[in-house]
Amino acid sequence: MIAEAGHYALVLALALALIQGTVPLWGARRGDPVLMGVAGGTALGQLLFIGLAFAALTTAYVASDFSLLNVVENSHSAKPLIYKITGVWGNHEGSMLLWVLILALFGATVAAFGVNLPMRLRADVLAVQGWVGTAFLLYLLAASNPFTRLDPAPLEGRDLNPLLQDIGLAVHPPLLYLGYVGFSIAFAFAVAALIEGRIDAAWARWVRPWTLAAWLFLTLGIAMGSYWAYYELGWGGFWFWDPVENASLMPWLAGTALLHSALVMEKREALKVWTVLLAILAFSLSLLGTFLVRSGVLTSVHSFAVDPARGLFILVILAVFIGGSLALFALRAGSLRQGGLFAPVSREGALVLNNLLLTTATATVFVGTLYPLALEALTGGKISVGAPYFNATFGPLALALLVAVPFGPLLAWKRGDLYWAAQRLWVAAGLALAGGAVALYLDGVTSVLAPFCVAVAAFVIIGSFAELAERTRLFRAPLGETLRRLAGLPRSTWGAAFAHCGLGLALLGITAATAWNAERIELLRPGQSFAVAGMDLVLTETGVRDGPNYQDFVARFAVREGGVRTATVESAKRVFAVRQMTTTEAGLVTFGLSQLYVSLGEIGNDGSVAVRAEWKPLVLLIWIGPLVMAFGGALSLADRRLRVGAPRPARRRLQPAE
Amino acid sequence: MTRKGRRLALIAIAGVVLAASAGLVLSALNDTIVFFSGPTELVQTPPPPDKRLRLGGLVETGSVARSGASVRFEVTDGAHKIPVVFSGLLPDLFREGQGVIAEGRLGADGVFTADSVLAKHDETYMPKEVADTLKKQGTWKGGTN
Repeated sequence: MIAEAGHYALVLALALALIQGTVPLWGARRGDPVLMGVAGGTALGQLLFIGLAFAALTTAYVASDFSLLNVVENSHSAKPLIYKITGVWGNHEGSMLLWVLILALFGATVAAFGVNLPMRLRADVLAVQGWVGTAFLLYLLAASNPFTRLDPAPLEGRDLNPLLQDIGLAVHPPLLYLGYVGFSIAFAFAVAALIEGRIDAAWARWVRPWTLAAWLFLTLGIAMGSYWAYYELGWGGFWFWDPVENASLMPWLAGTALLHSALVMEKREALKVWTVLLAILAFSLSLLGTFLVRSGVLTSVHSFAVDPARGLFILVILAVFIGGSLALFALRAGSLRQGGLFAPVSREGALVLNNLLLTTATATVFVGTLYPLALEALTGGKISVGAPYFNATFGPLALALLVAVPFGPLLAWKRGDLYWAAQRLWVAAGLALAGGAVALYLDGVTSVLAPFCVAVAAFVIIGSFAELAERTRLFRAPLGETLRRLAGLPRSTWGAAFAHCGLGLALLGITAATAWNAERIELLRPGQSFAVAGMDLVLTETGVRDGPNYQDFVARFAVREGGVRTATVESAKRVFAVRQMTTTEAGLVTFGLSQLYVSLGEIGNDGSVAVRAEWKPLVLLIWIGPLVMAFGGALSLADRRLRVGAPRPARRRLQPAE
Repeated sequence: MTRKGRRLALIAIAGVVLAASAGLVLSALNDTIVFFSGPTELVQTPPPPDKRLRLGGLVETGSVARSGASVRFEVTDGAHKIPVVFSGLLPDLFREGQGVIAEGRLGADGVFTADSVLAKHDETYMPKEVADTLKKQGTWKGGTN
C-alpha cells in the first residue's frame, strides 16, 4: 500500500512538473502574473510529492518489505539500519529517485527564496527546471520504477553490494548529487536568459550563489568519494582516472570556470555570452556524468544494472537538453549585448586565462574519457586510457593554472600591473623556492617534478593570502590597523583566499603521497614483522570476528619506532555471506598529516597473511585541501552581497580599491 | 590598445593555449593508450617488447601461487594460456576460474609482468572486454550481458 502511494506520488509529481514546465512560460510571454505565479506552487508541490515517494521507499527498506523488487535486490533483513536507509540510493532506481528529489529541492528553494527575482525571470527559470524534472520523472516511471512489486515475495533479500555497506554511502552520493543537480539552476537561469534575450549584471548576481553552492557540494562530494575509495578498495589510491571519477571532475572544472566568469560578468558586464555557455556546459557535463555512470556504458562499482533501454532513455534526455540548449544558444547568443572593455593584463584578463585553462583541462579529460567509448563504438577496437594520459595532458594545464592563481586577485579590474602584482608575491615566491629546495634535498635529487610541484603548492598556499596582506597593509601599518582592516574585509575576499589555498594544500598532499610513498608487501605469520619507512610492523595476532551480516578475518599489528611501540592497528578481510563477497577493511594509523596504510591480501592455509603496508606522507592534505576549498566557498556564500536571493546591497558601500 | 587589438591579443592567447593542449592530447594519446588483447591474440601476434597492454581472460584454476611479495597465475581463454607475474595484493574479487584483466608488459620469455590486476566488481559484473573475448572464443557461460 505504501509502495503504491509512493508510485502514485511520483505520477502526481510528474503532472506538476509538466504544469511547471508550460504554464509559467506561457504566462511570462503574455505578461500574466497569475499564470507566472503557478511556478512557485508547482515547484513546492513537486518537492512534497517526490519527498513522499522517497519516504515510501525508505519505509519499505527499513521494514525490509521484500515484496518490492528493488528491496529484494539490494537489502537483507540482517543489514544494519544505517545501511537499510542509505541502501535506498545504493542502487539504480533509488539513486535516480534521490536525483529527482534533489532537483525538486533546488526548484523549491528557488521558488521559496527567489521572491525578489524579477517575475518573468523567476517564471522562466522554474519552467526550465520543470522540463528537467519532467524528463527525469518520466525516466523513473517508465524505465526504472523503484516501486515494482514482486509476487510471490521471497523471504529474504539479496543484500546490498558489500562495497557500498559503508558510512561513505550515506555522505558521498547525496553530496555529489547536490553538486550535479545544483548546476541545473545555473542552467535554468542561462536558458531563461536566452529565452528572454536579455542578460545583465544582476543576472550574474543571482546565478553566482547557486553556482557557488553547487560547486561547494560537488567539491565535498568528490573529495568524500576519493577518501572512500582510498580506505575501502584496499589499493591505497585516491584517484584512478576512472571514467566514473572523470564524470564528476568534468562538471567540477566547468563549474569552477563558471564561478569565475560569473564574477567578471557581475562586476564588469563582460563575458556574457561565454558565461551563459559555461552554465549550459556545466549542467550538460553533469547530465553526461549521469549518463556515463547510470547507463551501463561503463562497468564499475557505480553502474548497478545494465539495461540498454535505460541507457538509450538517458541518452535521449541528454541529446534533447544539451542539443536543445546549445541550439537555443546559437540562435540567441548574438542578441546578448557585450559589455565592458579590459586590457589583457587585468583582473578580467586573469579570469579569462583561468577559464581558458579550466575549459581546455575539461576538454582533455573529456577526450580521455570518451575516446575509448567512441573508438569501440566505431571500430570495435578496445583500448584503455589511464593515468599516464591524464598526467601528460591535464597535469601541465593544471600546474600552469595553479602558478597563475596567486596573481589573479592582485590585478586590478580593467587594467592591471603584472610587475606590481609580482612585487606583492616575492615573499610567497621566495618561500616556495625554499620549499622546493628542501624537497629536492630530502628527495636526494631523484626527480625534479615532485620538488617543482611542492614549490608550486607552497606558492599557491602562501600567495593566496597576498591579497589579504596587501589590503590590510600587513607589516606596513601598525598591527591594530591591520587587524581592523582584516575584520572589515568582505567575506568573499576571505573565501577566495581559502579556496585558492585549499588547491595548494591538495596539490601538496597529492605530490607527497605519490612521490614519497613507500610500499612493502610481505607474507607474515603471527610474531613476524617487517620494516617500512623506518617503522617496524609486527603481526601480533590473527582471528575471526562476527559482524551483523559478515565475518571479519582480523589481523592485529603493532607499529614500533626505534623499538618502542607507538601504535596498534587492525586490518581485516570482511566476508559477506549473502553475496559471498569479500571486502578489504584497511587499517589506518595517522601520524599528523601522514598515514600508514595496512591492508591484507590472500590468507594462506599455513596461517600466513599477505600484508601490504604503505607509508603515505601528507596524504590527509589531499582531502583537507577540498575541505578548505569548501570552507572558502561557504564563507563567500555567507557574504551579504551574495546571499541567496539578495536583490541588491542595502546601501552602496564604498569598495576599497581593488 | 584598440578594441580590435585587445580582442586579437585574447584570441592569440586562446589560440596558443588551445594549440598547446591539442598537441599534448595528441602526443599523449599516441604514447599512453593501452590496447586490450586476449591470450590467443598474444600468442598469434606477439606485441613488440615493452609495449604496455591489457591482458584479459579467466584465471586458470589451480594456477595461483604466491611467493613473498609476488604472485603468479595463468590467464586463459580456453585455447591458450599466458603466465602472469604480479607484485602486489590481488583484488578482493580475484578468484580462480573468474574473469580478470592484467595490465603490464609481455616479456620475451612469454611471461606477462603485470603492474595492476583488476577483477570483476560484483557477482553479476565481469569486465566487458573479458566477456567479449569469451563470447568470441565460444566459452561464454554467462547470462544475457
